[in-house]
Amino acid sequence: MAYGEWTLKAWHEIPIGSIVPEAGSSKVNHTGSWRMLRPVLNTDKCTHCLICWIFCPDDSIPVTPQERFETDFEYCKGCGICAVECPYDALEMVPEMEIKLKELEEELG
Amino acid sequence: MAQTKVIALTGNQAAAEAMRQINFDVAAVYPISPQTELMGFFAEYVANGEVDTEMVAVDGEHSALATCIGAAAAGARTITASAGPGIAYMVENMYVASGMRIPMVLLDVNRALSAPLSIHCDHADSMLTRDTSWISIFSENAQEAYHNIIMSVKISEKAMFPIIVNYDGYIVSHSIEDVEILDDETVRNFVGPSDIHRIPYPLLDVDKPVTYGATAQPDYYTECKYQQHVDFLKVYDIVREVFDEFAEISGKKYDFIEEYKTEDAEYIGISMGSSFGTLKDAVDRLREQGKKVGAIKIRLYRPFPVKEIAQALSKAKGVVVLDRADSFDGIGGPLFKDIASALIASENRPYLHNFIYGLGGREIHEEEFMRAFERLERLEKGVDTRENFVEYLQVRE
Ligand code: SF4
Ligand code: SF4
Repeated sequence: MAYGEWTLKAWHEIPIGSIVPEAGSSKVNHTGSWRMLRPVLNTDKCTHCLICWIFCPDDSIPVTPQERFETDFEYCKGCGICAVECPYDALEMVPEMEIKLKELEEELG
Repeated sequence: MAQTKVIALTGNQAAAEAMRQINFDVAAVYPISPQTELMGFFAEYVANGEVDTEMVAVDGEHSALATCIGAAAAGARTITASAGPGIAYMVENMYVASGMRIPMVLLDVNRALSAPLSIHCDHADSMLTRDTSWISIFSENAQEAYHNIIMSVKISEKAMFPIIVNYDGYIVSHSIEDVEILDDETVRNFVGPSDIHRIPYPLLDVDKPVTYGATAQPDYYTECKYQQHVDFLKVYDIVREVFDEFAEISGKKYDFIEEYKTEDAEYIGISMGSSFGTLKDAVDRLREQGKKVGAIKIRLYRPFPVKEIAQALSKAKGVVVLDRADSFDGIGGPLFKDIASALIASENRPYLHNFIYGLGGREIHEEEFMRAFERLERLEKGVDTRENFVEYLQVRE
């Protein structure tokens, strides 16, 4: 079931005990839409230690064993745990609204 | 029919014996009187290797039930037990268990609620659970507690709702009676193996991962609750089925309610739990005086036996409901409200009166129940008048 295409089930179509019988429901829920603050990565400071990846509760930080990539903002809900845990001060929590406004200003020139 | 033997056991010993025979996979335990002794007896079976049960000692009743919910969701056959304030502490998780349709057993060794502190019997603890959508069964004595526990496993797993088996603290839990015990094999065959696929979504089935306890937003919550509502009313048929199956192995045929000399009775008393014996004695003594009286015991308390009660009271002139707990709300004890609701569609509704009795372990005598019948008759005939339909039976003036 894709996001934005909900079909509401009738009471008798819901699995017993309101159980969710499909795995991977966290993929369906795009928690990035909740975000108020965005973790902005300073690539100069980031040492790729991957500590943020260990702590991120939404698995929103794509990594390889060697490298931390830009956060996946489809799912990052802006909790700020990564910014608190980063030992190198490489993440700053910036209000999403500020970023959106700036983007809009740039677009409009 | 099974092999049986009669042995002298207390209610707690009889309950522990049923638990041993069922051989639960998991028991989460936290001590509270008068339940402590029960899990003490069962701990001996665990220590002696007589059962395969994983006994989890937890930090409180809330955790006990949380542990059971997890274990039962995984697919384990699970039990816990408590009393009084311990039941109160479990209530939040009781809604979680029934909402997630977790089959499991809770033994409530009925005890009063504080304050004042009382470790003795009344039904206030169980009355806290009456809206939790747990199936609830009351036992009159050690024999019934033993039978009810064996049946409860099957009822709960067929219905996919958790179940409470109640028996009165101290009066039943600590008094010795003759109890007819079935042989181990019969009990184990009756409850069946505890394969995780007894339930539709066992968490231990790692090939089919599922989520328990997800959020439901306003667009779904009502449908979830309505499904629970519809399914809970299917419990009547399941209980009847299991009662019938149990009669085949035990020779003992139970029903939702038990009637005593009600056929021609003008006045009927209704109670639950251990006081029913006393109520029957009161009926016998009044019958000797020529009074047409009878008694009803509620065995299945939730879902409430609405039809059976309406039928059983259809010819009575007056009914006195004996509540072992008060609701403090001016509209009667919990059982009184249930009886009154059950009669809502009746054409010839009997005159109803309510007595609160037996609080905090107060002993009940047949003379007191006789007085309750006498008051009912005088009220019904208009000889007495009442300010309130809820009265206390045993209070010192
Ligand atoms: S914790 Fe900080 S330094 Fe380490 S990878 Fe994450 S952002 Fe980079
Ligand atoms: S803000 Fe929270 S959700 Fe987003 S990347 Fe950091 S830890 Fe993950």
